[in-house]
Amino acid sequence: MKQLLILSGKGGTGKTTIASAFIKLADAKAYADCDVDAPNLHLITGWNVEPKKTDYYGLPKAEINLELCTQCDQCRQNCRFGAIKAESHYKVDPFACEGCGFCAYVCPAEAITLVPAVAGELMLYSDREKVFSTAQLKMGSGNSGMLVTEVKKQMKSAEVDTGLAIIDGSPGIGCPVIASLSGVNMVLIVAEPSISGISDMERIINTAAKFGTKIAICINKYDTNIKNTKKIEEFCNKQGLPYIGSIPFDSNAVKAINKGQTIVDIDCTSGTAVKEVYHKTMNLLFEQGGG
Amino acid sequence: MRIAVLSGKGGTGKTLVSVNLAAASKESTYIDCDVEEPNGHLFFKPEGVQEEEISVKIVKVDNELCNGCRKCVDFCKFNALAYIKNKLIVFEDVCHSCGGCILVCPEKALTEKAKVIGKVQKGVSNEVTVLTGMLNTGEATGIPIIKKLLAENNPQADQLTFIDCPPGSACIVMESIKDADYCVLVAEPTLFGVHNLNMVFELVKLFNKPFGVVLNKCLDEENPAEKFCFENNIKILGRIPFDNELGSLNSNAEIAVNKNEKYRELFSFLLKTVAKEVRCNETTTNP
Repeated sequence: MKQLLILSGKGGTGKTTIASAFIKLADAKAYADCDVDAPNLHLITGWNVEPKKTDYYGLPKAEINLELCTQCDQCRQNCRFGAIKAESHYKVDPFACEGCGFCAYVCPAEAITLVPAVAGELMLYSDREKVFSTAQLKMGSGNSGMLVTEVKKQMKSAEVDTGLAIIDGSPGIGCPVIASLSGVNMVLIVAEPSISGISDMERIINTAAKFGTKIAICINKYDTNIKNTKKIEEFCNKQGLPYIGSIPFDSNAVKAINKGQTIVDIDCTSGTAVKEVYHKTMNLLFEQGGG
Repeated sequence: MRIAVLSGKGGTGKTLVSVNLAAASKESTYIDCDVEEPNGHLFFKPEGVQEEEISVKIVKVDNELCNGCRKCVDFCKFNALAYIKNKLIVFEDVCHSCGGCILVCPEKALTEKAKVIGKVQKGVSNEVTVLTGMLNTGEATGIPIIKKLLAENNPQADQLTFIDCPPGSACIVMESIKDADYCVLVAEPTLFGVHNLNMVFELVKLFNKPFGVVLNKCLDEENPAEKFCFENNIKILGRIPFDNELGSLNSNAEIAVNKNEKYRELFSFLLKTVAKEVRCNETTTNP
């Protein structure tokens, strides 16, 4: 199975809009939303069945048994994350605790244990022939990279017979993005023609290149700044990166999304343009010797 | 006074709002906590930039001293250590720098070394002090950089600090808003925007932060983000119209308030509203 990951570096460039159009055009049988911090793909993929929900446990959190605690302060002094608070009694700040277990190890009274903690929820939509894996990280939680890995594992575990998986990624270049990159055959980067967008695009290209993943680039809302669109095209040429098309700004796109539709469900300029980007992406993804 | 600007969804206008509010308030500080993709500095083009590398401590093994007992491997909850072919191997990318392995090693074979993960830049743009955090590509977490950025800033009581947050609602956003006195949520009028606004709305409630919403990219049509605010009784601080000129200035990394009087008025008014809300909140929480 070939896996296509859609990334952008900068947020709001149109990853989910393009991912949902690709899913529709490919009639994709396997797809996932790896933006576990702020998932949106489920809003427009039109599943009307309830997903199978599973609690996701991240790393455990320390808990202090106050009956055993002798207030020796060893845990607080040794915690590198500042997660132990000594107020009226000793307590653990669950948002700061990374679950390393240092405090439990140094506690002379054996008052500290590590307890499992729910860090998010996995959701799996599936029927006989299709699967959609997604998740929602719990507010303020860490471990997003590990949850991303679970989302991808969950998608593969459904064992749908298909040659293509489409994965919607998260913004940024940090742990969820790095986790989403592992094992994919190609990354499509959705760039935006702004100075900010170009800076962010260069950083995500550097990140993806570190993993040796094949990269292609398209520009969304290209006509909002033609000068910057040219800059991106020139950059791609110089770097030898395939530039595979541009999608115009289209107020109909927002209208479609707000109705829970993809841009290829309606007749609009962005929908027409995304079809070409889709075909070029598929050619690159499935080309001989590729991936 | 620290004001955090956040959104959940990316690309809703966090940087637009925080940069222009800082520029409109003259003497102020702007902190870019979106260390994965920092953009504020592209607008401010700060001068006299001083740079400081940020590093974390990573465990280092002396294989001469290691006796292969594997106590460290058993201790590490992050699977950052493995004993393979009579050699202890450290996976630096997953080490959380907790120091536990060093404590449990009976042979003192483990020590720590500094690993650079990014940098903090400090410069000045007109009357705005600009602090930027930048995570190196390939690094997993920018939280140590955010901690440094926020510790670096000692705001005077009468001066405003604007914190430009990363998207999402995970640990990195939480770290950015932790010491904020007020949160400004920026929302766009889309289905996605509302879904993610709901998430940061839950986040600021969880941390008991006073907050209000700025509606960005407003059109004449029905605004689902505005509807969400009405339904949840959320204070709307201001509305920024969907506007080609503003979009064009922003895409060229220009600060709108410095380019057009109409935007200066818009953001100055928004600034007044925010400042009033912050003060109003202060008196109710600290009577």
